[in-house]
Amino acid sequence: MRRAYFKNNWVAAALVAPQLLIIFVFFYWPTAQALYWAFTLEQPWGGGNEWVGLDNFRSIVEDEHYWNSVGVSIVFALCATALSMGMALTLALAADRQLRGYRAYRVGMIWPYAVAAPAVGLAFRFIFNPSAGLMSHLNAIWPGVWDPILDGNHALAMVIVAGAWKQVAYNFIFFLAGLQSIPRSLVEATAMDGAGVLRRMIDLQLPLLAPTVFFLLVINITDSFTDSFGIVDTMTAGGPARATDLMVFKIYEDGFRGLDYSGAAAQSIILMLLVMVLTFFQFRYVERRIHYS
Amino acid sequence: MKLSTIAAAAGILALSGGAASAEPIKFEYWYGLSGHLGSVVQKTCERFNASQDAFEIVCVGQEGYAQAVQNTIAAFRAGKHPTIVQAYDAGTADLMMSGEFYPVQKMMADYKIAIDWKNYFPGIANYYASSKGELFSMPFNSSTAVMYYNIDQLKAAGVSEPPATWEGFEASLKKLKAGGQACPFAYAPSSWVDLEQFSMAHNVPIASNNNGYDGLDSKLLFNTTLHVKHMENLKRWKDEGLLQIRTSQGGLNARDSFAQGECSYYFGSIASHATVNAVAKKGLHWDVAMLPVYKGVERHNTVVGGASLWVLSKKSDDEYRGAAAYLAFLATPESERFWSENTGYIPVTRTGFKKLMDEGFYSAPPYKGREVAIESLTYTEPGPLTRGIRLGGFIQIRKEWMNEIETAFAGKKTVQAALDTAVERGNAALAKFARLYKGKALP
Repeated sequence: MRRAYFKNNWVAAALVAPQLLIIFVFFYWPTAQALYWAFTLEQPWGGGNEWVGLDNFRSIVEDEHYWNSVGVSIVFALCATALSMGMALTLALAADRQLRGYRAYRVGMIWPYAVAAPAVGLAFRFIFNPSAGLMSHLNAIWPGVWDPILDGNHALAMVIVAGAWKQVAYNFIFFLAGLQSIPRSLVEATAMDGAGVLRRMIDLQLPLLAPTVFFLLVINITDSFTDSFGIVDTMTAGGPARATDLMVFKIYEDGFRGLDYSGAAAQSIILMLLVMVLTFFQFRYVERRIHYS
Repeated sequence: MKLSTIAAAAGILALSGGAASAEPIKFEYWYGLSGHLGSVVQKTCERFNASQDAFEIVCVGQEGYAQAVQNTIAAFRAGKHPTIVQAYDAGTADLMMSGEFYPVQKMMADYKIAIDWKNYFPGIANYYASSKGELFSMPFNSSTAVMYYNIDQLKAAGVSEPPATWEGFEASLKKLKAGGQACPFAYAPSSWVDLEQFSMAHNVPIASNNNGYDGLDSKLLFNTTLHVKHMENLKRWKDEGLLQIRTSQGGLNARDSFAQGECSYYFGSIASHATVNAVAKKGLHWDVAMLPVYKGVERHNTVVGGASLWVLSKKSDDEYRGAAAYLAFLATPESERFWSENTGYIPVTRTGFKKLMDEGFYSAPPYKGREVAIESLTYTEPGPLTRGIRLGGFIQIRKEWMNEIETAFAGKKTVQAALDTAVERGNAALAKFARLYKGKALP
């Protein structure tokens, strides 16, 4: 395979420099600062800093509320990913089969991706409002059946649905592209052999979609650990009683509201490592089973 | 001819340039109030700028107390902080321990501005003063918790006077409910009202060391005081349908539920007095009264909420001069009147209050009733337990309290167990705060 190489290294460096600068300023520098703060006790207004080694990490690991956050984050990640990918796959399969109106759906389905997380949170907060939203009709028939203010499970379900909705557009594009890269001749061959729609989906399209599924799995799970902040902040603020206290939200609460800079820095280091480990795990073990044609 | 005209014009320009007044010295003020109250703060800044031309204050709203503190800390670390910041009670401890402020009493003395510090209500000044009584920050928007009640609904249920005791309050709730009122009491758990103001009025401690004033090694005590019985009563009232939980996430919050006439009682800050006026349903007859106390308990003064104005360090002499001028401006009776007229906040000085009383400001709606807040704040001289609260990590402590109370109200734990957990976790936050500032003492 031919490898592209630049005779002029300066051009290469100049082209790459802006991106490297951005990554340095917005990732490496803050991470180094967070690492420093995680191993010390940082006073909010500056003026003092005491080395405490692993104390911050130890107190976090011993904190049951932190493990509650971890648990909530994992549940959120798995449920939101499954829901989002399931919905997107169904829609992509329908669009791929060129059912009536598919051109409009193809364009329209991409628009929700432009909606920012806080806007999604606010919209769904209204929809799921127990006394004014759509769910209020359910509450009128059976009072108290939907109560995200006091019931943690309802609040978490609400946040999961909002998070999943937000990701559907992104997943839809990739699924549709993946489906359309399957050669038409294969699909027609199976159809001629008498395979119905469902059989075609299960035996032909899904296995060939495996690389896309894998890619989206990685993106969705890491996104749900980090991008979910906007949704939680506008919908439930971590409540009730910490039922939706995602790790990323807890970092914000402890650091910026609670003025516990060192504890929040330590938590963010742990979150960063967790996401790295997840990604590594997925690439190393799940990719083995994927066949790229 | 042309040349001389040009020369003349140039001469005039040069002269006018020289004679033009010096640029006003600019300095910044970051405030946390938002919405209607935030716009009134902006107006005070405009009034200051219009009243003199040596200084120009630039006021930037931060959309929230917590945001104001966060943003100021971030700016401070970059050396781009404002001269004055409006910091709320929960953000006070960290700022105080850092020492990165210019005590206002010292500043006014340095810049030879005469302020009568004894004129400030002790219940207000003590919250912001050092252990020796020197004021660190300028009291500005001070409020306290009061009981809002619907006169008509109470009368219809046979309650002619607002209850002064909690036992009387419960009796009135039962009467209201019996009379067909679906929501006698709009309740939203709030540590400021239910824990802090309650403990002050009943003279019970929230934490050791006189609520943190005497040292950094304080421990929370509210799971052993009358507060437990009070929260148990509230939970019982919820279970018996005598109160309804009203929060913004569920639709109307407690204040709006009251203002719409849906509920007969609600407890909140006097600062909402103006807001309730503005959003009340037409024909709503309502008033405010002091918080009830339990029978047999001697009532004490409540303390302020709200925020105060801090002058931060590492600014130039000119900016401090401007800040001193602005703070002095705010302390004038006209400014206090302006502030009291446009918001529900109460005047912070004795003469300011007396002036308004003499003018009959509080004798007619829409201001009638706000003097109840002053009465509550000055009921007794502040004692060791009713000076205020000076605890580190207080934002976390409030959050722990809130989370545990939510759990208790959802029926998952008893109130005592919930408060025990809140105290345990709050003490961990206090210990961390003490560790953070090891070797330093509270000023």
